[in-house]
Amino acid sequence: MMPQVHKKIISISFGIFSPKQIVDSAAAKVVTPELYDREGYPVDGGLMDLRLGVIDPGLRCKLCGQKLKECPGHFGYIELARPVIHIKFVRQVYDILRSTCRSCARVLIPDENIKKYIIFLNNLGAEEGYESRRRKIREIVAKYKLKETCPHCNTKQEKLKLEKPYNFYEGEVRLSPIEIRARLEKIPNEDLEVFGFNMAEFRPEWLVLTVMQIPPVTMRPSITLESGERSEDDLTHKLGDIVRINQRLFENINAGAPEVIIEDLWDLLQYHVTTFFDNEVPQLPPARHRGGQVLKTLANRVNSKEGRIRHNLAGKRTDFSARTVISPDPQISLNEVGIPKDMAMTLTIPERVTEWNKEHLKKFVENGAKKYPGANYIIKADGKRKTITSETKDEILAEIEVGYIIERHLMDGDVALFNRQPSLHRMSMMCHRVKVLPGRTFRLNPAVCNPYNADFDGDEMNLHIPQTEEARSEARILMLVETQLISPRYGLSVVGGIHDAITGNYLLTKELVLSREEAVDMLYTCGVDDFSRLPNKEKLDGKEVFSVLLPKDFFFVGKDKSGNEVKIVGGVLKTGSMDKSNLGQESGLMLRNIYEKYGESFTADLLGKISKLGIAVLSRRGFSIGIGDMDLSAETVEEIHSTIEKSEEEAMKLISLYHKGQLEPLPGRTLEETLELRILESLNKARNKSGDIAMKQVHYSAALIMARCGARGNALNIAQMTAIVGQQALRGRRIDTGYRGRTLPYFKEKDLSPKARGFIKNNFKSGLQPYEFFFGAMTGRDALMDTALRTPKSGYLYRRLSNAMQDLKVEYDGTVRDASGKVVQFMFGEDGMDVSKTKNGVLDVKRIVQQVVEDVQ
Amino acid sequence: MAFTTNHHQLVPKHTKLSEAEKAKLFEQYVVSIRDLPKILKTDPAVAKLSLKSGDIVKIERESKTAGVSFYYRGVIDG
Repeated sequence: MMPQVHKKIISISFGIFSPKQIVDSAAAKVVTPELYDREGYPVDGGLMDLRLGVIDPGLRCKLCGQKLKECPGHFGYIELARPVIHIKFVRQVYDILRSTCRSCARVLIPDENIKKYIIFLNNLGAEEGYESRRRKIREIVAKYKLKETCPHCNTKQEKLKLEKPYNFYEGEVRLSPIEIRARLEKIPNEDLEVFGFNMAEFRPEWLVLTVMQIPPVTMRPSITLESGERSEDDLTHKLGDIVRINQRLFENINAGAPEVIIEDLWDLLQYHVTTFFDNEVPQLPPARHRGGQVLKTLANRVNSKEGRIRHNLAGKRTDFSARTVISPDPQISLNEVGIPKDMAMTLTIPERVTEWNKEHLKKFVENGAKKYPGANYIIKADGKRKTITSETKDEILAEIEVGYIIERHLMDGDVALFNRQPSLHRMSMMCHRVKVLPGRTFRLNPAVCNPYNADFDGDEMNLHIPQTEEARSEARILMLVETQLISPRYGLSVVGGIHDAITGNYLLTKELVLSREEAVDMLYTCGVDDFSRLPNKEKLDGKEVFSVLLPKDFFFVGKDKSGNEVKIVGGVLKTGSMDKSNLGQESGLMLRNIYEKYGESFTADLLGKISKLGIAVLSRRGFSIGIGDMDLSAETVEEIHSTIEKSEEEAMKLISLYHKGQLEPLPGRTLEETLELRILESLNKARNKSGDIAMKQVHYSAALIMARCGARGNALNIAQMTAIVGQQALRGRRIDTGYRGRTLPYFKEKDLSPKARGFIKNNFKSGLQPYEFFFGAMTGRDALMDTALRTPKSGYLYRRLSNAMQDLKVEYDGTVRDASGKVVQFMFGEDGMDVSKTKNGVLDVKRIVQQVVEDVQ
Repeated sequence: MAFTTNHHQLVPKHTKLSEAEKAKLFEQYVVSIRDLPKILKTDPAVAKLSLKSGDIVKIERESKTAGVSFYYRGVIDG
């Protein structure tokens, strides 16, 4: 049922209290700086007056009669012996005083123009806000100020100066707050409109305090120390100072003390009142405790990072959450998260006792908080919470009855939300099932690294435990890992096999022949126990073993990474081998098709099995990489050398042509540009050619297998290791910076040869020449700087974008609208396509039609 | 000399909606002109249409996935 609305807030206006309002709303007048009497009972008329609220258990508020936590506290007031200026309004007082006459207190604008300006200023205020309105007033008044006399009473105007923080001087004479208040009082209501003040709710003299509001004790509670001593809040200390000085001032005035003493006390009062509001006023020494610690007064409570706004409102924190380092565990399933036992014993799930689970839950209480699986708290039917300890255990066990809630330890199968910052897309926070494990880190299946963008070089992640049944089902239905398999960004699987999973399956489906025993063994490790689909032969092809995992009625035609056809007929892999393009993340076309036909949980399950199979294959076959993987035959090395040398000669030829002035410039290019382009072209050709030669000739090794199936590394990496590192480029050009006319002192000036301009003809295995290494370091440093500078920039760009679009929604009429109902698109994406139902943004209509026709037949 | 963009291949077709079409649009989407995306009447793409504030421009965009998609923008002064 919706709660009934009794009063609806239409608008809120901010203003300041008048002295009358302060007095009227006060529960008590504070007259004495004493807090407690000899019995430790709050003094009437003191700062802890019982009418200001209760902070002691057992006592009742004298005003409202409510107990602790019920009484919200009430404001009090003190009457100041002499007025003081409110530090937060010094600016406004200054502006008003400067813009009004010192004698008649009218605005220094001629009568005939006031109306005109009011309209003008009101418009400005409505359009550009209060700040620019105030700036404009100052400009206008400054215009009339030039005349130096009041346009109303012709009094000569004196120059008014503000001596920070709160002293006003007219010429050489200091204006006391009394005088200031008197001037403000005289300003007629009509003239206030110029300043944009609402006459009905505001008078400028209220900016100078004659009475001061005392905040309720509930917002400045005192704490009782272990020694039984009471320690008062900073605000109470400050208020005590104010009251004390105020009393002294009163007494001195009544006793007719000399003006100097009164002035001094008055100044002191002004100081205390000022630091009560804000203890970080420039030019003013902050008020301190006796120990020298700076007092935290009103403004300090709100401001800055530790203040109410950034710390408590914007930075709210949750219970039932945890954070630690993550590490991989390929043995747990995709939708599980491994949680350290210690954590599982702190995080709890509330379970309500019913007739049917009473005995079951009692076991947890019996185990207590220190034995897993136990329980930490019980909540009685009346809402009272009890800690389970060895002392209270027996008592609690006896009293447990239906309706109690037991906060038991986290157990296998509970749901948890798992998250890694920055949370850039919805897959950054997914629901996992808990698996309690030994150790001190969170464990996750390496296949879900991609959506979280996590690795294990020290990354930490957060975990939240939903506490209500509603929250748990919502998390399960909407956020479980399986439901997030397909990215809404490009319509492909975001999770998929990685590294060893891909390599293993590639080897299996490409070349392995297993004995029946081996095959059964491997399949069993990845969770298959039905071997009826395994062909009844002694020697089994790897493809046949892999096919056991596939559903019987699965048909698929696609391509592998190198462009060969992959064909699956009736759940049997006929041709092609499994590699990144069918199993990998952000591609995984076969997986995508499985998802479409068999649904999310089947896909997640299959992916787990495939990954485990890959790992099983590798651990059985063995898979190592070494420097020998980079070996090339002598002839190949020779071939590569001659290729590089040929293109180097070509480059030298171009250079000599250039020096002779015989080089033909390309259209739209200078001679130098032409030379650079043609050299680059020839060197790149050499690199590509020798890379190709190397890829073909490098013997069949682990590194090559990984590059071929897309598990890790690519052709370029292998070419750089075996054949040639190639030209280093800085800002899209060959390296040309450094010394005058040359890159390094090792070279001659104006040497344009490939070698002198960052061409590395060695490979990583043969080792680099010192100058080559230096060029490599130059580009390496540049790349590092570039990423370091670009990451925060693109991060901020993304943040702005996602904030701007965060509550756009597709309405039932198909339009995309923002929260206020404004149309952004008339159809989602202008084509109405749900990307997550497409494959890489393409909807294969022909295939769908074919499918439907087949189904009908 | 004003530059006309109307014949550029990247500028989609902009046309002004008649009053009847306007009413139909408002009814179809249950919107008023305030809820529509805006376009300046000085925008180069519609400069030739001699529009005034309150008019609505229909834009026909071609796309690979949708064929032709329609977009409507309310004209504002400025």
